Amino acid sequence: MSIRMNQNIRRTHSKETLILILLMLLLLIIALISCTIGRYQLSSGDILHFVFTGQAVDQNMSTLLLNIRFPRIFGAVLVGGALSISGAAYQGIFRNPMVSPDILGVSSGAGFGASLAITLSLSMVGVQIMAFTLGLLAVFLVLLVSRIIGKNRDKILMLVLSGMVTGAIFNALISLMKYVADTDSKLPDITFWLMGSLSGITMEEIEVVLPMVIIGIIPLLLLSWKLNVLSFGDEEAKTLGVNTRVLRLTIICCASLITASVVCVAGLIGWVGLIIPHFARFLVGPNHKFLLPCSFLSGSIFMLLVDGVARSATSLEIPLGILISLIGAPLFLVFLSKSTKKSW
Amino acid sequence: MMTLEIKNGVFGYPNKSILTDINFELNTGEIVCVLGKNGAGKTTLFKSMLGVLKPLSGSVLLNGKVIEHWNRPQFARLVGYIPQARSLPFPFTVMDVVLFGRTAHMSAFGSPGKKDYIIAEECLDMLNITYLKNRTFTHLSGGEQQMVIVARALAQQPSFLIMDEPTSSLDFGNQIKIIRQVNALKNNSLGIIMATHSPDHAFMCDAKVAIVHEGRIWKAGHSNDIVSEEILKEIYGVEVKVRSLGNKPECNRLVCIPTV
Repeated sequence: MSIRMNQNIRRTHSKETLILILLMLLLLIIALISCTIGRYQLSSGDILHFVFTGQAVDQNMSTLLLNIRFPRIFGAVLVGGALSISGAAYQGIFRNPMVSPDILGVSSGAGFGASLAITLSLSMVGVQIMAFTLGLLAVFLVLLVSRIIGKNRDKILMLVLSGMVTGAIFNALISLMKYVADTDSKLPDITFWLMGSLSGITMEEIEVVLPMVIIGIIPLLLLSWKLNVLSFGDEEAKTLGVNTRVLRLTIICCASLITASVVCVAGLIGWVGLIIPHFARFLVGPNHKFLLPCSFLSGSIFMLLVDGVARSATSLEIPLGILISLIGAPLFLVFLSKSTKKSW
Repeated sequence: MMTLEIKNGVFGYPNKSILTDINFELNTGEIVCVLGKNGAGKTTLFKSMLGVLKPLSGSVLLNGKVIEHWNRPQFARLVGYIPQARSLPFPFTVMDVVLFGRTAHMSAFGSPGKKDYIIAEECLDMLNITYLKNRTFTHLSGGEQQMVIVARALAQQPSFLIMDEPTSSLDFGNQIKIIRQVNALKNNSLGIIMATHSPDHAFMCDAKVAIVHEGRIWKAGHSNDIVSEEILKEIYGVEVKVRSLGNKPECNRLVCIPTV
C-alpha cells in the first residue's frame, strides 16, 4: 500500500516540478537572448564569456552590459515576476480569478505618491520613496476602512469595496496633480511615470528592490498550502484549522510589499498581475505551492519578451505599460477561451 | 470521554437572535440527530458550535474550555465540519480537497506529507470513492462533491463531527453508505451531531434527537421516545405514521410513513 502510494505522490507532482524546471531554463535562455538585443549587437557567446570569466571583448561592452543591459534584464525579471506572484496571491485570498494586485489601491496610491513627488520637484529617489510609501499607505487605509465599516459583514466584499473607494480617491488626487503640474516640465514626467517603464532602471535600484521582493515572497511560499485551504471560504477554512484573519492580513501585507517595491521603480504596469496567474494555473493547476513559483517565472518570461519588443521594435522605445496593455488584453481573452474549455 | 457543550446559548446575528436558551451536550460515542423544518436555525446552531458565529450570550465549551480560547488548529483536530453548501473558485483535484482536511495536523508553514497522503487515500477508500481521486472537484456532481467533503472531514480525524445535512443531494445508495459510516464512526467513539430532514435517519442510527423548533430546542431525548406522530405533525405540518418494522434483527426499528 505505502509503496504504491509513494509512486502515486511522485507521479502527481512530477509534472508540475518538470514544468517549473523547464520554465527556469527558458527564463535563462530568454534572458541571455535579451542581452544580445539592442542597438549595439552582441553575440550570446561573448555575453556568456563575460558572465563566467568577467572578461569583455572591449571596454564598451562591459559598460553596456553592467550599466544598461543587465539592470534592464534583471529589472524585467523582477518586475514581471513580482507583479505576477502577488497577483496570484491576491487572487487566492479573494477567491476570485478576476482580481489583480491593484485591487487594494497599491497602484493608485503609488501613482499619487509619485506625481506628488514630481510636482514637488523631488529627486528620483524621492519619487520612488513617495511612491512606495503611499502605495503601502493606500493598502493600510483600505484595511482600516474595511475593518471600521465592515463589522460582521462579508469581509472580502468589504475589502474590495474599500479598495475601490480608496483607489477612486487616489486617482482623483493623481488627476489633481496633473492639473496643477507645470505643463512643460512636470506633466510629461508624471504621465511618463504613470505609463510604466523599465528604461531608467539602475543596478542600485535593483539592489534595494530585490531584498524587499524576497522578504515578501518567502512568507507567501511558506503559507501556500493555507492559501489553498482558503479557497473554500473563510468559514470552512476556519473549521479546517486555519486562522483566516491572520493569514489574510499576512498575505495582503506581503503581496502589497512586493507590488509597491516594483511599482516604485517601474511605474504603473497593468495586466501582468491579472493574466499571468491564469496562464500559470493553466500550466500547473491551482495548488499555490506550484502556482506561486510558476506565476513568478511566467511573469518574468512574459516581461522579458514584451520588454524586448518595446526596446527593439521601433527606433523610438515604446513605453512598456502601453505595450503590455496592447498585448495583454487580447492575450487574456485567448486564455479565457482556452481555460473555460479545459478546466473552468 | 470528551464533551461539546452549550450553556444558556443565545445564537444568531446582531439585532436578530435566532435561537435562545440552548442547553445541550454532545459526548464522544453518541449520535445526535437535529430535526427541524427549513429555516429553523439548525445551521446557526452548528456555526455557533464551531465558533464561526459568536454566541450573543451564553457559551460553547469543548472539554470544559470555552471554544474562543482554543486556537483554530487545536479545535479543528477535535471538531470536524461537513457544511451544507460550498463553492470552490479554483479547479482543485479531489485529492487536494481531501488533503485540506489534514491542515490542522500540519505545522504552521507545512504542506501535506507522505502520511497525510496515506490517510487521505484511506478516507477515500472508506467511502468507496477512490476512483474520484484525480478528478477535478468542481467538475463533480453535487452528490460526488458531498462524498468528497465527507472524506475531507474523515481525514481531519476529529473526535466530534458536525454534519449539516450530509445526505442532502446524495442518491439512495450513498445516503445509506453515509448512515452506515456515521454508525461506524460512533462505534469508533466519535461524537456526531447531524442535521437531517429525514426522521428515519435518527431511527437508523439509533440516535438521540434534538428538535429545533420556534427558536429553541423544543424536545430532546432518544429517537424512539421523541419522534412520534404528534411531534412530526407539529414540526413539519404533515400527517406521518410511525410504525415498527417487526422483530427481525436486520430491520428491528421504527420507520416513518407519510400518508399521501
